[in-house]
Amino acid sequence: MAADLNLLATRLQEAFGPQLASLDIQLGELTIVVKAADMTAILNRLRDDSHFRFEQLTDLCGMDYSTYGSDLSEGGAYYGNDEAQGVHARRFATVYHLLSISNNARLRVRVYAEDDAMPVMASVVDIWPAANWYEREAFDLYGIIYTGHPDLRRLLTDYGFIGNPFRKDFPLSGNVEMRYDAEQKRVVYQPVTVEPREVTPRIVREDGYGGAR
Amino acid sequence: MAEIKNYTMNFGPQHPAAHGVLRLVLELDGEVIERADPHIGLLHRATEKLAEHKTFLQSVPYMDRLDYVSMMCNEHAYVMAIEKLLGIEAPVRAKYIRVMFDEITRLLNHLMWLGAHALDLGAQTVFFYTFRDREALMDVYEAVSGARMHAAYYRPGGVYRDLPDSMPQYQASKIHNARAIKAMNANRAGSLLDYLEDFTSSFPKHVDEYETLLTDNRIWKQRTVGIGIVTPERAKALGMTGPMLRGSGIEWDLRKHQPYAVYDQLDFDIPVGVEGDCYDRYLVRVEEMRQSNHIIRQCISWLRANPGPVISDNHKVAPPSREGMKENMEELIHHFKLFTEGMHVPPGEAYAAVEHPKGEFGIYLVSDGANKPYRMKIRAPGFAHLATMNEMTQGHMLADVVAIIGTQDIVFGEIDR
Repeated sequence: MAADLNLLATRLQEAFGPQLASLDIQLGELTIVVKAADMTAILNRLRDDSHFRFEQLTDLCGMDYSTYGSDLSEGGAYYGNDEAQGVHARRFATVYHLLSISNNARLRVRVYAEDDAMPVMASVVDIWPAANWYEREAFDLYGIIYTGHPDLRRLLTDYGFIGNPFRKDFPLSGNVEMRYDAEQKRVVYQPVTVEPREVTPRIVREDGYGGAR
Repeated sequence: MAEIKNYTMNFGPQHPAAHGVLRLVLELDGEVIERADPHIGLLHRATEKLAEHKTFLQSVPYMDRLDYVSMMCNEHAYVMAIEKLLGIEAPVRAKYIRVMFDEITRLLNHLMWLGAHALDLGAQTVFFYTFRDREALMDVYEAVSGARMHAAYYRPGGVYRDLPDSMPQYQASKIHNARAIKAMNANRAGSLLDYLEDFTSSFPKHVDEYETLLTDNRIWKQRTVGIGIVTPERAKALGMTGPMLRGSGIEWDLRKHQPYAVYDQLDFDIPVGVEGDCYDRYLVRVEEMRQSNHIIRQCISWLRANPGPVISDNHKVAPPSREGMKENMEELIHHFKLFTEGMHVPPGEAYAAVEHPKGEFGIYLVSDGANKPYRMKIRAPGFAHLATMNEMTQGHMLADVVAIIGTQDIVFGEIDR
């Protein structure tokens, strides 16, 4: 499979050229980045063009790059990874993993949402019906809005949940907790009483630390 | 004229045929399904968020708890993603052990599925029979890892330890006298591989028994033939993988088409269906059990002949031996650093997928160079399958919903994550 990666990369360059914000092959996987404005046309062509034939959307996931490579962690400040900082220009992105069964190839497509405060991008439900629940999940966990989605509701969190739990600024222990109140004889929500703690601090080491690769 | 009214019905979240905590809101026209709206997330534990706050090694046991009937296959995808990012390879013996346990896991999963699916459709006997074989396989899990289900046996760089030379023995008790115990221990005299070989020689006959009970059974066919038909085009568009895709006649198996570990060295066939209904998917899974048995036998003979290391000797990734640790300062430091700070994974992103018993199980791992993942996304096969519930059940009767939930092989640990 790795042999056709270069061929696939060439064909992608030929087909989309300047529309590709970036294209790189890392660890035997091909990743392209496209702009949110071009995504619908490009993804449609990736599905239908006989050179690509990505008829299956294997996975779709939201991403929050706000602390990528940074020196921030739950318990305070740590060494940042200078190389990793600034790799991602925008905070939110959606990552699509495509699979072509006819050509036996995989492709990763990353689309950044233009606005960090209000991430919006086009839905791909019309291209791959499989995207329906994946987009609902990304909407639920990251607050990314997919325009054109037929039924954009929360999927995994509780009924009436507030916030987007997988954003990096959402605490691991959450904001509310639930308990049974004996006086009111019902389950009540209250602000969380668990102290945040970090068992293993997040650490970034310089290159070649301790003889590592 | 009589007034016709649609009913809305809640199926679950506490329903024995919902395979866990599925809440299904059904809109019914009489007994015919108009619309099905599955509500999931009742078992959501935010595994992906938890993994961002733990070292790479600490997340291995979480993988067991995703799809809790095929534990080791989940671990396999996770350790493969880490190994890809680190650029290391597990020793070849570890790969054979992994393949062998992947196939044992496939048997465990399909046996559980077969028993539960038949039970849902009214054939209780099969359930008792399949648990006989599951019991034997769980003993193998226990012998190798100490746990019957949540093994945490695969590690980045290999597996936790080599296969044991002896099997645990039954002890005499109030219930069983010495003679009965001797009979129970008869196949446990040798090593784990001997025990497993004994199992694989009798297992095909057991599969024949299951087929005797179901394959030509008139009631079984009435409940499954022509139910939940998925065309090959829809199966691809809806993101179906594994037996759901093969049941619709598409020959696609990651073990053959994108081989990982040592699957390219082994001989096995991929069964495919024709009609794409529940009955074909049943036949596909039954044949997969026979193929898994065949793969396990090949692994046993290879593992007998080829001793060797089972985990990488790179101590930045895998712990040093216990003896070495007590004599060598360097190894003691490695051990301490590995289990407190954890391993550092170079920045990058990797997607590793395995042919899980339910379909394609993938881990998308993003690292920014720290000792914890920046993001981990679990691509669970059941999630994509359950999302098709509305389309698959439309126009079917209420009782067929149970057959369709069964054929999708739903487990909530992986769907809700």
